[in-house]
Amino acid sequence: MHDLSVHAAPHHAPPTSFIRKHIFSLDHKVIGKQYYGLALAAAFIGMFLSWLMRIHLAWNSAAIPGLQLLSSTGAPGGVMTPEYYLQLMTMHGTIMVFFVLTTAPFAAFGNYFLPIQVGAEDMPFPHFNMMSFWVTFAAFLVLMSSFFVGDGPTLGGWTQYAPLNAIGSVGGPGQGAGVVLWAISIALFCIGQLLGALNFITTTLDLRVKGMSLMRLPLSAWGWFITSCMGLTAFAVLMPACILVILDHVAGTSFFVASGLVLNDQMLPHSGGSTLLWQHLFWFFGHPEVYIAIVPGIGVVSHILLANMRRPMLSQRTLIYSMGALAILSYMVYGHHMFVSGMNPFSSLAFSFPTLVITIPSTIVVLIWTFSLYGSKLRINSASLFALGFISMFVSGGVSGFFLAQPSIDIMLHATYFVVGHFHLVMGVAAMFGIFGGTYFWFPKVTGRMMNETLGKLHFWLSFVGAYCIFMPFHYLGMAGNVRRYSSFVDDFLQPLIPVHRFITVAALVTGAAQLIFLYNLFHSRFRGEPASDNPWQATSLEWSTATPPPFDNFGGKHPVVYHDPFQYGVQSSVGDYVMQASPEMVKTEFEEK
Amino acid sequence: MAKLFAITLVVIAIVSAIPILRHTWAAPEDISTHGALIDEQMSETMAEAGISFLAAQFILAFFVWKFSNPGPDAKIKRFPGGAKGLVIAALLVVGIEVMALGIFGVKAWANVYLTPPSADALPIQVQAGQFAFYFRYPGPDGKFGGLHPELINEGTQNIFGLDPEHDVAARDDIVTAELAIPVNKEVHLLMHSKDVGHSFFVRELRVQQDFVPGLDVSLHFTATKVGKYEIVCTQLCGLGHYNMKAYLEVMSQPDFDNWLKQQAGQ
Repeated sequence: MHDLSVHAAPHHAPPTSFIRKHIFSLDHKVIGKQYYGLALAAAFIGMFLSWLMRIHLAWNSAAIPGLQLLSSTGAPGGVMTPEYYLQLMTMHGTIMVFFVLTTAPFAAFGNYFLPIQVGAEDMPFPHFNMMSFWVTFAAFLVLMSSFFVGDGPTLGGWTQYAPLNAIGSVGGPGQGAGVVLWAISIALFCIGQLLGALNFITTTLDLRVKGMSLMRLPLSAWGWFITSCMGLTAFAVLMPACILVILDHVAGTSFFVASGLVLNDQMLPHSGGSTLLWQHLFWFFGHPEVYIAIVPGIGVVSHILLANMRRPMLSQRTLIYSMGALAILSYMVYGHHMFVSGMNPFSSLAFSFPTLVITIPSTIVVLIWTFSLYGSKLRINSASLFALGFISMFVSGGVSGFFLAQPSIDIMLHATYFVVGHFHLVMGVAAMFGIFGGTYFWFPKVTGRMMNETLGKLHFWLSFVGAYCIFMPFHYLGMAGNVRRYSSFVDDFLQPLIPVHRFITVAALVTGAAQLIFLYNLFHSRFRGEPASDNPWQATSLEWSTATPPPFDNFGGKHPVVYHDPFQYGVQSSVGDYVMQASPEMVKTEFEEK
Repeated sequence: MAKLFAITLVVIAIVSAIPILRHTWAAPEDISTHGALIDEQMSETMAEAGISFLAAQFILAFFVWKFSNPGPDAKIKRFPGGAKGLVIAALLVVGIEVMALGIFGVKAWANVYLTPPSADALPIQVQAGQFAFYFRYPGPDGKFGGLHPELINEGTQNIFGLDPEHDVAARDDIVTAELAIPVNKEVHLLMHSKDVGHSFFVRELRVQQDFVPGLDVSLHFTATKVGKYEIVCTQLCGLGHYNMKAYLEVMSQPDFDNWLKQQAGQ
């Protein structure tokens, strides 16, 4: 085992100015917190947008008081127009997928804890790291600015299909400047994440401290590492795709617009472009993106479960290989978003097989978790409840994937609420549960205080039951043929389904309100929470062996030496039923990895 | 609290399964010749998915109930067989299950997408554009006139951009806002988009196919039951997407022939 960290680690002096300490900080911990703050703000904005959407769907002609202040053309007298519904929906999806589900599990937690978990002082490129946050923040501002320009944000969905995304404002409100701002925002976001991925990969490979072999990395570190490898290749494809869209708007190109198209009785000036090219580029990114959203959660949940089961996983290696398999397979399945898109139907069959096969590593992960619970000494607290909730949600969301993986069944389910239910369970709930679990678990290390357990448990119960009440019925709607992305339900066959939508809306409002409990708990505990010890969970990984909060260089000038893997629970040591990774104490372990 | 989690999870799993078992919200009756295989595939997948879903949630609930808040003498136990048995089970059981579903599902897909239309299928052109579907029948000469997008003019109702003045074949083409087809006769749709992406979805027919601007897309099927069914757009195409629909009328051959004559007269 080698220790490059002493030589490779950047030794930047501790910051002294307010700006360097809190704003343009090179410290990965500050950057992690900044990402968390960004994701938190984005999540509440995204959730608020979903409330507006759900209210409109349930009570279509109702005036929402004050909505006209957000947009007088989009909601005259507070009544939402069809285009404004689509604009809000597009922003909801874009904000949530990019600025919450990629930012929080990966950029926020990963930035804060990956260097510490490998034993490093910081990431190897702190200036790139700082840039990655500020570029991401700029991307967010650019996206939000689209609410306030011209005819508002783009209405084409977070997937921005061509040629609607490339023909300009003749396609509808928001399709001119709105699309260009969306594309600039996402291109910037890609740059931010690429800079981050560079840091994550090099931290994991080069900065591990003495004794920290790859197999001794905590599962959360593996989650962030594998995710950053996916990010490098996926974002590198989305960024040029966004640039091509911008060129179609401003440079007279026709990458995505075919010849001979007519709108408002006028021939469009474009020629030679390909509608499906956008879909291939987008989904080549888009499918790995959803694994980028979930793999950190898989790592974090494994990490939380370990500390709360007080025993090793049945096989850590299997979990690592499964996460790796998910990452590799994620590149081979993207065409399952395009089964009925007009691409060669043989391709549809070809994509369906790896999509079905990806069930296998997903199942293995769930089996390892579940059967590691067997014979454990499970502790129930807010963090472990969200981890257990993650397992349940991941199963529910994954099982609906079974249907969507098959082209013949997709004929009936494509573009229905079944798909919306599927991805909300895995991303909107499971990945969020990973974020919540990580917050309750690591809050004591970041702030030195515990979060309130009663409020945490209340937050869990309302979210767990509420999320099932919202998203399980989406599947029933889909099976009945309820098409997605409709601002109103005017078709005959949709009328009997409107009461289901009303039930969902009420559930969404209640569950959303429950998130305010979390927000309150976060801020209240920051200032008034019960003081926490350095290792309140009696956990083993390196972040728990340093001070709280960790000093500027993480380990106070000392370089830890690692003697154990992170799975030494259920043993008898001088401190209890566990041995920390950095502890030189040798104990008898019954479950050593072979 | 562990027991509460376990009970809640079991209740949620059972309550979730009830509407499926009772077919409370299900797809409407199949009126196509190819749909039976799709429905069968759906049922088999539902059975396997349902069993996996219930088993996973129940086992999770049971383990959380049994292995939390242990007494002082509790010992850590390893699941018999450890990870190896589980991995093998996953590879074999899930592997065989998904491969079987995949392989058996090929025929259901191929029947729609990988078989050519029969030579005597009734050809009908479909044009999708913001925010309506239009249909064109070739008329008594059996030939479609050429399409000239630069001539499209909704004001003068020249939806397809026909040039009857110079194009003889276009003169007897019949353009309608409704898709009428004869029952038990294969129909061959030739689909193109006037502007952006759209999609054609008829639940009862078990068909869904995107329109791709720049491509002519082919779709064929046979309807087996007379009736009126909704065609809805399922590809986000702009602000009127929710309202983009047409009706499919499946008629007896004599009724269809009469209908076509009436449309031609207009």
